[in-house]
Amino acid sequence: MIQTTKMASGQQWVLVEMVQAFYEAPAYHLILEGILILWIIRLLFSKTYKLQERSDLTEKEKEELIEEWQPEPLVPAVSNDHPSLNYDVVTGPPSHKITVNGKECINFASFNFLGLLDNERVKQKALASLKKYGVGTCGPRGFYGTFDVHLELEERLAKFMKTEEAIIYSYGFATIASAIPAYSKRGDIVFVDEAACFSIQKGLQASRSFIKYFKHNDMEDLERLLKEQELEDQKNPRKARVTRRFIVVEGLYMNTSDICPLPELVKLKYKYKVRIFLEESMSFGVLGEHGRGVTEHFGVSIDDIDLISANMENAVASIGGFCCGRSFVIDHQRLSGQGYCFSASLPPMLASAAIEALNIMEEDPEIFTILREKCKHAHKALQDIPGLKVVGEAFAPALHLQLEHSTGSRESDVRTLRSIIDYCLDRQIALTQARYLDKEERFLPPPSIRVVVTVEQTEEEIEKATSCIREAALARLE
Amino acid sequence: MYDRRIAARVKGKVYKTVVRPAMMYGLETVALILSQFVILFWKCLQNHNVWHNASVYNKPFVESFEETPLLVAVLTYMGYGILTLFGYLRDFLRDWNFEKCHVAKERDEQKDFVPLYQDFENFYTRNLYMRIRDNWNRPICSVPGARMDVMERVTHDYNWTFKHTGTVLFDVINMGSYNYLGFAENSGLCANAAVEAAMKYGLGVCGTRHEIGNLDKHEELEKLVARFLGVESSMVFGMGFATNSMNIPTLAGKGCLILSDELNHASLVLGARLSGSTIRVFKHNNMQSLEKLLRDAIVHGQPRTHRPWKKILILVEGIYSMEGSIVRLPEVIALKKKYKAYLYLDEAHSIGALGPGGRGVVDYFGLDPCDVDIMMGTFTKSFGAAGGYIGGNKELIDYLRTHSHSAIYATSMSPPVAQQIITSMKCIMGEDGTTLGQERLCQLSKNTTYFRRRLQEMGFIIYGNNDSPVVPLMLYMPAKIGAFGREMLKRNIGTVVVGFPATPIIESRARFCVSAAHTKEMLDTALNAISEVGDLLQLKYSRHAWPSDEETNHFSYLDSHQD
Repeated sequence: MIQTTKMASGQQWVLVEMVQAFYEAPAYHLILEGILILWIIRLLFSKTYKLQERSDLTEKEKEELIEEWQPEPLVPAVSNDHPSLNYDVVTGPPSHKITVNGKECINFASFNFLGLLDNERVKQKALASLKKYGVGTCGPRGFYGTFDVHLELEERLAKFMKTEEAIIYSYGFATIASAIPAYSKRGDIVFVDEAACFSIQKGLQASRSFIKYFKHNDMEDLERLLKEQELEDQKNPRKARVTRRFIVVEGLYMNTSDICPLPELVKLKYKYKVRIFLEESMSFGVLGEHGRGVTEHFGVSIDDIDLISANMENAVASIGGFCCGRSFVIDHQRLSGQGYCFSASLPPMLASAAIEALNIMEEDPEIFTILREKCKHAHKALQDIPGLKVVGEAFAPALHLQLEHSTGSRESDVRTLRSIIDYCLDRQIALTQARYLDKEERFLPPPSIRVVVTVEQTEEEIEKATSCIREAALARLE
Repeated sequence: MYDRRIAARVKGKVYKTVVRPAMMYGLETVALILSQFVILFWKCLQNHNVWHNASVYNKPFVESFEETPLLVAVLTYMGYGILTLFGYLRDFLRDWNFEKCHVAKERDEQKDFVPLYQDFENFYTRNLYMRIRDNWNRPICSVPGARMDVMERVTHDYNWTFKHTGTVLFDVINMGSYNYLGFAENSGLCANAAVEAAMKYGLGVCGTRHEIGNLDKHEELEKLVARFLGVESSMVFGMGFATNSMNIPTLAGKGCLILSDELNHASLVLGARLSGSTIRVFKHNNMQSLEKLLRDAIVHGQPRTHRPWKKILILVEGIYSMEGSIVRLPEVIALKKKYKAYLYLDEAHSIGALGPGGRGVVDYFGLDPCDVDIMMGTFTKSFGAAGGYIGGNKELIDYLRTHSHSAIYATSMSPPVAQQIITSMKCIMGEDGTTLGQERLCQLSKNTTYFRRRLQEMGFIIYGNNDSPVVPLMLYMPAKIGAFGREMLKRNIGTVVVGFPATPIIESRARFCVSAAHTKEMLDTALNAISEVGDLLQLKYSRHAWPSDEETNHFSYLDSHQD
């Protein structure tokens, strides 16, 4: 009996204290609590279905609707003579000498800038790796898919680029497309060049951030956008404090073959406090004294760039891609880079091939000078071809040849260019068109022929190719 | 005066580092835990093993997801609660420089930029994941076959950095790699063929399929894949993840509806998101949920505009890699036909691993591959290579050839990788003139049955289908994730452990992948070790009655798959 009274009084005391606490609590706290309680009540009683989807159809009517519905076909029909349906078939390796559709040609189409694709040293290293590790890795990096060669390659890439850390992906396309959404989230702002390549566009789409396009290589336009944003920020400083902003540019643009004005970009970066992501697939292993890319070309400190990404499928002639920069930035991708976490790792033999390619690049930096000389030579030789204009920097290894006067229809332009390519193919010069998804590209570049210069091409071969293109242009453009 | 200013500053700092996060996270944590409890009770009310439409199956479809014991669930939440509290404490100490902070820092020049990461974003990584990080990314230096060599690493700063000691743990039994048919080999037919291809073609391609990167090897491979799958045509891609994320956007777009299983892989989710379609999610492998979504979608049309959907695409996987469950394909196909939807089947884990001919889940159920509109799969797992494929009718593949992002913008597959797939696939099909492939398939199925059966008898809670070579063993509590991984490695067995966010917060698990390359001795060694660690960590949660130990002895390895 005594016990129960004690308990009761005890409880009473607690109650009193609660009421007291209620009185003492600050007003904003009570309002917050009140709103929360109301919210919970609302959640408890609100109906789970959306109002607009409620219908009073009978089962029979529903059945009829279901019966009636006819979906579109899964894919629209593709006509058999679609220009890109019938691929050119390459028999044997796509190296300096290439067999396209049964004809042996000199290769002016593959991105094998340094001729490492059929390099004997690279092959031997890869074979040794294959004989040790087999082909596949049978797992993502997290689950026993990390091999010692992956760690070695990451270390070597970091050392080569003189950055703190590097991270490798098993697919070039997935590299920048995974890296961008690892940092830029919903609500963040990305300033991006209009000519950015497709994998950047996909990365931006996956990030769900605000995208602001500036005119290709136009720093004034970029600064205009940055200023606009600055004004916007002043209006809402709270939001501005958590809105990350990035500039995404390419070193050498895949679609236009020209170089980004990196020093100006770095100035803007510090002025407006924006981070720079740099895509270097075309410039890594090409530009700069040691092939480190645009930063070395301009003498910009690599620390000023927040993230550099490149693939190892062009100059390195292997498969995969990498990102490098400070550990503070790069390490985050090991848990947040989708293409890194959720994909099987790079086959070890391809990593070994890349390591050997780096060895060759480090041992003989002369190779980059040779490549630049050849590029300049080709660029000069391709000038003044009637009906065709060269697009791109003189030192860019992959140039575009566009029609000087478009017929107005993309389709017929593509056909004309194809006929030039066929003319050259018949004369042992392998070329290709730059292909795009017409409907998916944000800013579709005009159709063009890609001319790729590699160190393996001799001056005579470049002469032969250019005169062949000239002949073809004369024959097909008149 | 001076003192007061310091006091104010200290007060401000205390507020910033303790009160504010406590208010922010405290509320969130409580809400999270409460909501999880509600879900838990709800799940208890529902019966997990619903059997319906049994008539469409030509074989018993046994799949079990034993519910979490309530006490275990409560203790697990407490575990996370304690970890979270300690996390705040540690963050507090780090903030006050009582504890050394190992997190990489922003460079001084960019201190005034908007922070690249929000502080709370990495709370979980910093305070929970970091403690048991040594269980992941373990580097190996051999073939990821039935046994592998793991490089030993040590840490002197509680997993913030690792150093390799140079010692190698040799012949660790590999229960982690997706090497279902044991084609991860460095000698033998496949490896030799790959060596030859590398000698002939080199390693890279330096071009896309559209731009002089279409080798004869690729065409040979595509014809073979189509034949293997029993479809008209196929196309191969250089990366499995990208096969999904780059091709779903070409198949669906605005005005289309994608119905996706809640446990679909990240690549499917990304692909669906990039497509711009409306996405609705149905409960894992739950056909009522799928049918309801289908009916509602057709009856109501698109939201707001009420136009009918252009098309409806169902995304499912063959074997779900974290659950070990097999898709209820006969029912999905029946629904898809009834409601005129299209079916996208991702066979990343099931191709090669299921079915009498190794042709995946379609083969397993004895169905017609033409009933699946898009057959997708990867070569990473059963074929010991890399990349992915899509198979289907000619119109579909022609469309992909002209419109796939991968064909136009991504470098094509490395020739030796393509060769590895060709050789291993021919071996599975018996086209190499041997029965080696068939033997591997039998061995895998035998190993799977044996391994799953033994684990269940030991009293572990094992998720998934009885025929699935992916075997998740439930650990639940966060501390046991790390302990299990480490104890197993001590016993020379490499396993995969997974926790949140790859699984629901309380359903942490270990996952074993059975391989045809495992011998009975290896499996027995592994099983004994698992049992030992299971006793040590008290993991034998199951309350189901399995045959007693005595009966087990009669149940021999060979009997298990004589039918």
